[in-house]
Amino acid sequence: MRLTLDAVSVRVAGATLIHELSLKVGSGEIVGLVGPNGSGKSTALRCVYRALRPSAGTVLLDDTDLRALALAESARSVAALTQENHTELDFTVQEVVALGRYPHSRGNRPLGERERELCRQAMDRTDIAHLADRSVLTLSGGERQRVLIARALVQEPRVLVLDEPTNHLDVRHQVRLLSFLRSCGLTVLIALHDLNLAASTCDRLAVLDGGSLVETGPPVEVLTPELIRRVFGANASVVPHPRTGVPQLLYELTDGEGIEP
Amino acid sequence: MHSRGTLTLTVLALGAALVVSVVIGIALGPTTVPLGETLHYLGAALTGGTIDADEITGYSIIWQVRAPRVLLAVVVGAGLSVIGVAVQAMVRNALADPFILGVSSGASVGATTVVAFGAFAALGAYALSLASFLGALGASILVYLAAQTRVGLSPLRLVLTGVALAYGFQAVMSVLVFFSPHGDAARTVLFWLLGSLGSATWGSLPIATAAVLLAIVVLLRRSRSLDVLAMGDETAASLGVDAAALRRGLFLLTAVVTGAIVAVSGAIGFVGLVMPHLVRIVVGASHARVLTIAPLAGAVFLVWVDLLARVLVPPRELPLGVITALVGVPVFITLMRRRGYLFGGR
Repeated sequence: MRLTLDAVSVRVAGATLIHELSLKVGSGEIVGLVGPNGSGKSTALRCVYRALRPSAGTVLLDDTDLRALALAESARSVAALTQENHTELDFTVQEVVALGRYPHSRGNRPLGERERELCRQAMDRTDIAHLADRSVLTLSGGERQRVLIARALVQEPRVLVLDEPTNHLDVRHQVRLLSFLRSCGLTVLIALHDLNLAASTCDRLAVLDGGSLVETGPPVEVLTPELIRRVFGANASVVPHPRTGVPQLLYELTDGEGIEP
Repeated sequence: MHSRGTLTLTVLALGAALVVSVVIGIALGPTTVPLGETLHYLGAALTGGTIDADEITGYSIIWQVRAPRVLLAVVVGAGLSVIGVAVQAMVRNALADPFILGVSSGASVGATTVVAFGAFAALGAYALSLASFLGALGASILVYLAAQTRVGLSPLRLVLTGVALAYGFQAVMSVLVFFSPHGDAARTVLFWLLGSLGSATWGSLPIATAAVLLAIVVLLRRSRSLDVLAMGDETAASLGVDAAALRRGLFLLTAVVTGAIVAVSGAIGFVGLVMPHLVRIVVGASHARVLTIAPLAGAVFLVWVDLLARVLVPPRELPLGVITALVGVPVFITLMRRRGYLFGGR
């Protein structure tokens, strides 16, 4: 399923959070949104998983305008891992994962055998099966993140929207998650802070700065020392990964004065 | 961990406890009616049997005074518990209870106008109920308008406006009591504020019962949406729940049902705050389970509270709020500490 953002703008209380953002994610493609803090990555993603309505422009799933779909309808195609993921109630891990079936279920019918199997697979895949009966309130940040990823998978989406999914994850689970994304065949739009992980994972990167798209293309074309300096204000050398050839950044610390413009 | 079988067992056990509690609640009181006689009178009333002339006093105590009162305790206890669950889900706040949105203080302003100045005198016994219902609804509308933002009702704003407006209403109520021509207005208002089922008649039951049943049915049907709402508005959107619309619906439902409850029982504190937590400690957080158990548990609890209120210091009656707090606080704190209850995180 293709995901298209067409000239999407979001203005909230007079501030423009993103400005005429246009972006295409082809079927099965992984596109990474990168950019400094406050560049509008999360805002763009929120328009896709419909926590926010664009002030102008449209978001399309294949050729269907999201606005033409009921919330539950689009939730059957688009699953999201959001930044806000806090609950005060002590649901068990199993219960939270099962909520991923919500958009597919009618009323309060209990889950069927296939759906329970889906939940089991997702929990195995995110390595949380042993936590099934634990309260989510007792989990570490990384464990909780994996629970939410499992919930998104149980949604059986065709488009996956991930906002900083590697937050709190240890290296093993970062690699595991991103490897899964490479192999799952889903259309993925992912916001990442770690540019090296982004370069390894994504087919294309879209660089946001101040709410506007400044660059888009394959990692090897986008990640240049010049762009890192201009957009992120950091000095970096770009070297090819010795085994995969993917561009990787080596940062240089400054003397505490910031860097030359 | 919380299996379907355990839930059924809990429901059956609580159901049985409720029936027994109701019968005991009807039999006991300042004048105890022996269990056999109580059942005889109840049987006569329900099946249209006959009683002897010298049994009329006992019969009218059982059937006209105590039966409606105990049944009202069932309805009010069940109602406060489920509305407590709904309000806590709506504002995503562990400290919320049915009265957090200023409903009870609004109702008390209404009640005070009746007690202190004899408003709606033409309505006789229903004046207090109507006035408190109108007060509750008025308060809800004010809170709604004040908490409304461009993106819908914000949970935090709801709580804050509710608390702030409650102070305002309390001030109004104090002024009304202060300038009241009736000397004992303060005491009457205080008693009403702490809750009582003393004025229960068969007439108080239908509206309150209908409102509470409505709440239970609607909330049970939406229990999974409530689970999703508990994950936060962002996540709710990604799962296909319109949090703003759901919150508006919950607000309307809780306001009307709380108003109907307050109209017949005053502001009985603590039940709506603590019953949801107690139930979650036992059956977990899932709203389908919580909303199944909470009305039964709340009903049993309030029947016993009302019984204690009647028999502890006869012939006087204690306000229910005093007993709910005296009994409930220690029980709640003990359970919370023993079970490693995690509401609100570590």
